Amino acid sequence: MQAHDRISAAINAATDKNRPALIPFVTAGYPEPQEFIDTLKSVATIGDVVEIGVPFSDPMADGMTIQRSSFVALQKGVSLKWIFDELDAAQGEIDVPLVMMSYLNPLLAFGYEKLAERALATGVCGFIVPDLPFEESDQLRAALEAKGLGLIQLVTPVTPAERLRTLCDASRGFVYAVTITGITGGDAGLPGNLAAYLDEVTKISRIPVCAGFGIRSAEDVAAVGNHAAGAIVGSALVEVLERGEDPKPYLRSLRHSAR
Amino acid sequence: MSAMFTADEAAEILDATLRGETPDERGRFGPFGGRYVPETLVPAFQRLEEGIRRYLHEEAFQQELQRELREWVGRPTALTFAAQLSKSWGAEVWLKREDLAHTGAHKINNAIGQALLAKRLGAKRVIAETGAGQHGVASAAACARVGLPCSVYMGVVDMERQAPNVDRMRRLGAEVVAVETGDKTLRAAIDEALRAWVTDPQGIYYLLGSAVGAHPYPYLVRELQSVIGRESRQQMLDQAGGLPDVAFACVGGGSNAIGLFYPLLGDDIELIGVEAGGTGDGLGENAATLATGTPGVLQGAYTIILQDDDGQVQETHSISAGLDYSGVGPEHALLQAIGRVRYVSARDDEALEALEELCVSEGILTALETAHAYAAARKYAQLNPGKRILICNSGRGDKDMSTLTEYAARTERHAGA
Repeated sequence: MQAHDRISAAINAATDKNRPALIPFVTAGYPEPQEFIDTLKSVATIGDVVEIGVPFSDPMADGMTIQRSSFVALQKGVSLKWIFDELDAAQGEIDVPLVMMSYLNPLLAFGYEKLAERALATGVCGFIVPDLPFEESDQLRAALEAKGLGLIQLVTPVTPAERLRTLCDASRGFVYAVTITGITGGDAGLPGNLAAYLDEVTKISRIPVCAGFGIRSAEDVAAVGNHAAGAIVGSALVEVLERGEDPKPYLRSLRHSAR
Repeated sequence: MSAMFTADEAAEILDATLRGETPDERGRFGPFGGRYVPETLVPAFQRLEEGIRRYLHEEAFQQELQRELREWVGRPTALTFAAQLSKSWGAEVWLKREDLAHTGAHKINNAIGQALLAKRLGAKRVIAETGAGQHGVASAAACARVGLPCSVYMGVVDMERQAPNVDRMRRLGAEVVAVETGDKTLRAAIDEALRAWVTDPQGIYYLLGSAVGAHPYPYLVRELQSVIGRESRQQMLDQAGGLPDVAFACVGGGSNAIGLFYPLLGDDIELIGVEAGGTGDGLGENAATLATGTPGVLQGAYTIILQDDDGQVQETHSISAGLDYSGVGPEHALLQAIGRVRYVSARDDEALEALEELCVSEGILTALETAHAYAAARKYAQLNPGKRILICNSGRGDKDMSTLTEYAARTERHAGA
């Protein structure tokens, strides 16, 4: 099994249990770097896949919450190298597949080959790169695929039909369906036509589809879960961590009204 | 960076540029440029690219643009012989007077062109970012002219140091959105404008103000600003009786510089871009991106940026808000890599000195951004006597009065102590 198949398998396992997969997102090293691994372990007890956010100085697709968490993490010295070192030290303690969300420049600076090597060695199975459109992704995709790692494509409500097929075909692990036209962390609720959009993506994709952006409550997870294989919860979870609370009760609450 | 290409490769790239083949269909200037944007914006960029292909060089659009440039912007702008500067520098100094364009800087050339394009593309509203406020004012004016609502994103640090421009934008009917995130200057304003664009990629037109960002902006801005170089070239032939030996322009994102340089690339003219040297050479003390930066992706383009070893973009310092930027247009990155344009820097204090000299010797209060070009030209003249020098006087300095007053007061206190 390739590393990216582990992601799909974990999501499919939730589907087999007749529930939506839950993918919690945490900004690495936020709010405190020394709590990073404990936080990961904690959210991994409930999440089917865990998404680690690599902080970046210019998070242009993110709302206030993730911007704030990124800046604090950077100020406290969090870097991609540090994240891999921490994951190395926690080898064997986290058994869910990990995916990394990073803007392109920190990955470029790190070097694609070294990135793929360290990811494979630390249980990171896939990457989400919000400022890397398909047309610019050949080099990174090739470096990741050489190690069996997945480049997870994002699709959005404004993606034209033909492009949607291209992106779904190219994606590995899962297809990240952005629920809204907007940035992360919105609280305006999910759009009314979400079901039809998610159904469309699910019909086209051969791998599981998970929805993200603006998902905050058990109701949101259930709404998404009826039309996609899973839900990604980012800003709302980071807010819980920001308040210094245990993330487990919040994540459990998201599961409760699941179908 | 000079090691990036062999001399033959560099010559080949320059030839391709002169044949109009840059950027290529993927938006690349050699290795630089491209389009690194969130998926939500990809269709919007494709529509913009299609719109440019359809309208920009079409006759009806060009007629309308030329009429606006002539009758509303006030083009062609003058070429001024700087008699006193020439005398004291031991050179022949000519100034391309973009400060005389409507709203006081070259920014209007791009703003009116893009506002007309936004109208053609059926945009419901326009957003723009601004550093020094000149692009914000130009966008506000151009949007008023074509009848589109306009919101300008501006870092709070810049709002303070360019307060008169904030007021001007509001009077011209624009909404000014204060950006409190990130470095609170131009870079944060661009990030915030991009975030706003993502919320309505179909209704919003993003009127980007410099030759930076994702394809097709560096191309579009170059095309609209090249009027500077085309006019300058003809005016030099007519008024000076020949082309200059050397041409200077300041470089933040690099829109006035690419506008001046691009039509002169094929001539035997030394081209020099001047970045902000700030207060020193240390990381964070300047905005001399091309001098000290490394390749990376910032705000949509692969270009030269100021970053640390982890790929985190570094904050910058310059006395001029318009040069205070961690990146630079991708075409400048290429022109440096092939050695066609040389990029140098001038420090805050050198720019201030040059600004004062220009005021008293030619009666022109130039923008702090532009003053950097004078500072470098003056040094050049000392080392190379008797040259014919062309300087792009990219904007006027009225907006900088509060910075100048503060500096004068500080100097006086210093002198008194």
